[in-house]
Formats: sequence, structure tokens, C-alpha cells
Amino acid sequence: MKNRREFLKEAVTGAVLLGSAAAAEKLTLAGVLDQHANPHAAGKSKVVIARDASLHGASAQPDEQRVLDLLDKAMAAYTGREKAAEAWKSLIPAKILAGGVIGLKVNGLGGRGISTHAALTMAIAERLQQAGVKAGNILVWDRSARDLAACGMTINTDPARVRCYGSDAAGFEDEPASWGTAKIRLAKILARECAMVINLPILKDHGGAGITFAMKNMFGVVDQPWTLHANHCDPGVADLNCIPAVRDKVWFTVGDAISSVYDGGPGFRPERLWYPNALVVAEDRVAIDQTAWQIIERKRAEAGMPTLEAVGRPPKYIATTADAAHRLGACDPQRIRLVEV
Amino acid sequence: MFGPTSWKAAVVAFAIVALGAGAGCRKKNADPLPASGAVAGWEKTSDTRVFAAKNLWQYIDGDSEQFLQAGVVSASTSDYKYQGQLEATVDVFTMGDSGGARKILESGQTKDAKHIQVGDAAIAYEQSVTFRKGPYLVRIVAYDDAPGTQQALIALAHGVETRL
Repeated sequence: MKNRREFLKEAVTGAVLLGSAAAAEKLTLAGVLDQHANPHAAGKSKVVIARDASLHGASAQPDEQRVLDLLDKAMAAYTGREKAAEAWKSLIPAKILAGGVIGLKVNGLGGRGISTHAALTMAIAERLQQAGVKAGNILVWDRSARDLAACGMTINTDPARVRCYGSDAAGFEDEPASWGTAKIRLAKILARECAMVINLPILKDHGGAGITFAMKNMFGVVDQPWTLHANHCDPGVADLNCIPAVRDKVWFTVGDAISSVYDGGPGFRPERLWYPNALVVAEDRVAIDQTAWQIIERKRAEAGMPTLEAVGRPPKYIATTADAAHRLGACDPQRIRLVEV
Repeated sequence: MFGPTSWKAAVVAFAIVALGAGAGCRKKNADPLPASGAVAGWEKTSDTRVFAAKNLWQYIDGDSEQFLQAGVVSASTSDYKYQGQLEATVDVFTMGDSGGARKILESGQTKDAKHIQVGDAAIAYEQSVTFRKGPYLVRIVAYDDAPGTQQALIALAHGVETRL
């Protein structure tokens, strides 16, 4: 079987056939597809958690084919489209599919032990190409080449292939962008290059914020994220996500919960590493973070650890992102429709 | 007043003090991370990166808060590989005093930690070793849990300890 790197390499040279075996595999999701076709039905925000207990097998690294299959399962459940390419087409505006640059914002800050998995990043790049996106219009990015290396990615600026480079190479805007307490300079990759960005955070406990997932990952698109860390990142996270380029371009998250740290994050803590073997998908950035918080809390409870509230760092920024001043999404569980497949 | 002999003695004494201070500075600023081969089986696979306290967020993001509160001065880090296979990262945090190093070590300690003899105090898990020595807090993590990982990490920890 080809690994994802080989696949991408061949994909950009036209050597690979569209419609891989994974895409052709029948998903037993008919009920889910019928029931949950509309992510915004009944005024609720839809969040999909897709799991595969066998994702890792005996290896520390997930099986690449199973990650691709899991992505397809998550997208099918989210969009109601069983065919993988159709699922992506139903989500991304045709204009962007045809010619816009789509960024894949990964997170490699925790180092190679706890960073967005390359298998997931490459699976999404593969499916985007099958949905009609040119390889060179897919840009995998993060803060730096080092972070990208931690995610298992290799720098590439060849426009004929899936591109990959960091803000350390592309730079930041000269003029700051502001919203509330946030006054930052945005990455040029976000501000200038990308028509949209798919957010690929990795689920982690966070010593300051409580947890880090979708919205906190946006700290990696600004030049000085430390200015947003005060008071447990509240309202830093909310204010940053209200900056128009962030709010309007980064509207879909495929969250990596393949592995995670449930305490001692955001760095790699092998003694607190666990394998949820899951992907979490949503458009509502608040709802997905609220859901992620509960995943972390459940694991902490299983491990006999106190809640984040009890240790003085509940992710209170999540409620702020949903308040009247920010209105970024839903954190009330009654307004979240959680679908688990 | 000083005679010529006294001046010479003063100059010599000053030179000795200056050289001593220089040597002290060199030792203090020297790379605390062992070179390849300094610890049996361990190869240093990256240059040492150094972060001042104000830039620590660039390396460890939200983790930097606890270090700043404990008085971190700087951090040095490098990657290593053991016998060409097991990969690890060593972080040496220079704190303002030993109290800061103690605070970090104790805050990261859990019931399943194994206490070992490295530096002033140390704990180990299957894939990590953390110890303090004076104002230094050292954290070593491995990215695999192959047999013998913990012993290899402890050996590397001793190698770092001797340089502090």
C-alpha cells in the first residue's frame, strides 16, 4: 500500500487514479446520513466524532489507510454525502474549489510526539484533490518549518505539488489587526494567500487555557501569541477569533484526536498521552471546543484526576466566545447536536 | 601610596580575578547539552536552541506561563537519538534560583512517578526523566517506549547533570 507521502507525490504528477479503494469502501452509515444531512438543522450546531478503535494497531503511528477511512466516515456523517469527494464538494464553495488556495493549518507546537498527524493532513489533501482542488492550491502551514517537521511534513514551495511552508518564511502583515483586546499581526499566508483555511488542531490539555483545540490553534496565525495568553487566554482566544480574516476564512475544523495529552499540556507528556483514536469535525468552532473540553474531562475522570475547574483552569474562554459580544458559536450543550460514528 | 611592586601585584591580582570571572562566564554560558558520544549510545542530532525567558513562548507556548511564574531565565534544548533509533528531546531550563526549579519539578509530579537519583531530586516515567540541580530544571522525553528506554534516558540525564 502506498503511504500518504507517496500518494501525494504521485497525485501531483497525475500518476494516481482518483477514487481510491478507501473512497470506494462502503460505509455503513445510511441511518446517520439520512438523519444528519443538515449540519444546522433545528438551529443546532452539528459536531461529529468519528472513532476507530483499531486506528493505531500495534504501532505508535496510526495506520494511514484507516485514517483516510475515518476521515471519510466523519465527512459522510457531517455532510450526509457518502462519496468522499462529494462530501467535500458539498462543503467548500465551488469558486474556492476551482481556483482558491485552501490552507491546512496544522499544529506542531508540541513537538513530534503530540502534533497534527501527517496521515490526517495528507488524507485531507488527497480528498481535496479528488474534489477538484489543484495540488498547488493546497497549502499546509504552521508557524515555522520546525513545527511543520514536527507534524511530519516536508517543506515544499513547488506550485505543481501540495505546498508546505511556515509563517517563518512567508512573514506577517505590517499593519496590525485588532478586535477587542487582540492587537496582532496576521500571518500573510492567512491574510493574503488563502481563500479559506481548514483548521487541523490536535486535542490537548493546556496549562494556561485549560484545553487547546480549534480556536486556540489560531494563536499560531499571529506574530506574538503571548500577548493573548493573559487570564487563561480569556478573552484573548475569543477576540482573536473575531478578527475578520480568522472568523471568515477559518470556518471548518477537522480536529485531530488521534492521540492527545490529558494533563501537563500543551507540550508532549508521554506519561499523559492517550489515544482517543478519533476525529472531531464541525463548522461551529465554539461547539467543537465545548465538545473537546468534555472529551478531556472524561479522560481525566477515568484517570482519577480532578476536573480542570478543580485545578483552577477551566477553559472559560469558550463561554466568552459564545457571549453577546463575540457570537462565534454555541457552547450550550442544548444547542449542540453531537453525532458519534 | 602604592609602589611599583604594589601596582604590579594589583594588576596581576586583577588579571587573575578577571580570568576567573571570564572562566566562570564561559562555564555558565557553555552549552549544557552533551555532545554526541559524551554519553554512551547517545547522538546529539540537532543544534542547541536557546530561548530567553521573554521568548520562551516560541518554544513551549502555554507551558511558558508556569516557568515564567517560577522565575525562568532561559531554556536550552536539543534533540538526541539513542543507538540510531530511540529519539528524545532534552530541555534545560535555567531558573533564577533552586526554588524555581523545585517548584516546577513538584508541580509536574504525579503518584505514578518513580523517584530516582539524579541531581538534587528526580522523577522518571517510562518515557521521561525530569530532575533539578541547583537552579536547573532538566526534562528529557523520548518519543518511543521501546524496552530499555527509561534506563537510556537516565544515563543521558546523568550525562547532562555532570555539565551543570
